[in-house]
Amino acid sequence: MQDYIIAAVITSVIAFFVVLGLVPPLIKSLTKKNWTVKDVNRIGGAMLPRPGGPAILAGIILSEISLYFLLPQERAITKGITAILITTSISFVIGFIDDRKVMSGWFKPLALVGAAIPIIVIGAYEPNLAFPLFGDVKIPALYLGLIIFMIPVTGNTINSIDVMNGIASGFMTIASFSLAIVLFILQNYSVAIMTLPVAFASLAFYKYHKFPAKIFPGDSGALTLGAAYGVIAIVGQIEVIAAIALLPAIINSFLFLSSVKRIVEHRQIKNPTAHTDDHKITAKKETDAPITLIRLLVAAKPLTEKEIGFMVFKLAIFSGILAIITALISGVKI
Amino acid sequence: MTNLLIFAFIGIMWVLILVGGGILVTLVSKISISGYGDQMNFFIASVIKAIIALVLVVFWIFTLSKLKNIVFHKQLKT
Repeated sequence: MQDYIIAAVITSVIAFFVVLGLVPPLIKSLTKKNWTVKDVNRIGGAMLPRPGGPAILAGIILSEISLYFLLPQERAITKGITAILITTSISFVIGFIDDRKVMSGWFKPLALVGAAIPIIVIGAYEPNLAFPLFGDVKIPALYLGLIIFMIPVTGNTINSIDVMNGIASGFMTIASFSLAIVLFILQNYSVAIMTLPVAFASLAFYKYHKFPAKIFPGDSGALTLGAAYGVIAIVGQIEVIAAIALLPAIINSFLFLSSVKRIVEHRQIKNPTAHTDDHKITAKKETDAPITLIRLLVAAKPLTEKEIGFMVFKLAIFSGILAIITALISGVKI
Repeated sequence: MTNLLIFAFIGIMWVLILVGGGILVTLVSKISISGYGDQMNFFIASVIKAIIALVLVVFWIFTLSKLKNIVFHKQLKT
């Protein structure tokens, strides 16, 4: 147990301080190269550097590599870490391409299918789907489809919630810590420790991404975090519980898709919110504007960007608690 | 009020996930076929299970979509 505690502390420290240390020079470098985008919700529309993905990836990769040497050299553990390293890196590259050149709406979901393939090739999964309360179902063929489906879903879900300062990184911090707690409850200690780099990298990035943001994660940052979360769910065999912890983001994607009714790049659609004279954010009244989680949050009354962020975090904490409750009742079999 | 509805919507999704999982594990996974040889029996049973699972997912999305229309459209119009 002592080895696990040491591994958990070292990997958390590496992930947190690598991101914390890399973001300031990245901000300088991106600003110098003029890789900036307009913060549409900021008064005056400040130009902010993007993407912060390279710093997030570096934090996750370095800390996961350290785990490769710190955790016991068991086959399942090394396979799990290798899958996280490869799938997360491929997802970063996909996001980075989209950061530099706006691709079609289908590009990311299809490319992320490719990012999921290494999980199958490495064999970092068990073909059992665990349903809380009711037990496992062995679905060898269907499970391959689930892997291919899961990475694009988690990647794009986190990407689609990255609409305001701090939301994606803050949301991922809460969801990843919830996932780590769930894995500790289920006594899957090694995968719980593999989750900590994602949680601490998100937390460190949040320091610069929170309102008023100094940098945006970009698609490369959001897809890196989302894909890493998806691989951990598969490696840890907690796909259903991981989905529960992501419910606010899933609802956002669901509302968006069911109102737009097609896969489309979010930059190509009508903004679902508008600004009031006192620079709060309010819901657009047009019926053809897409329904999103943010639009619903400001439907009753206009809110500031900071207030919206905290509201999303409350929803994330609520889903995290539901995920933890689900893990606690998983021991009970009906 | 809208915010409470979003919390309620998340709660309903959670229950639907648990109930859906229960149906899959207790009913669908128990389906077995006999009389066509071992390999064909397994294959036919798998196809039937996959189809039922997909129907359940479609039903799940349909239910959520209806719920969304009832709950949120009213909020957005006011």
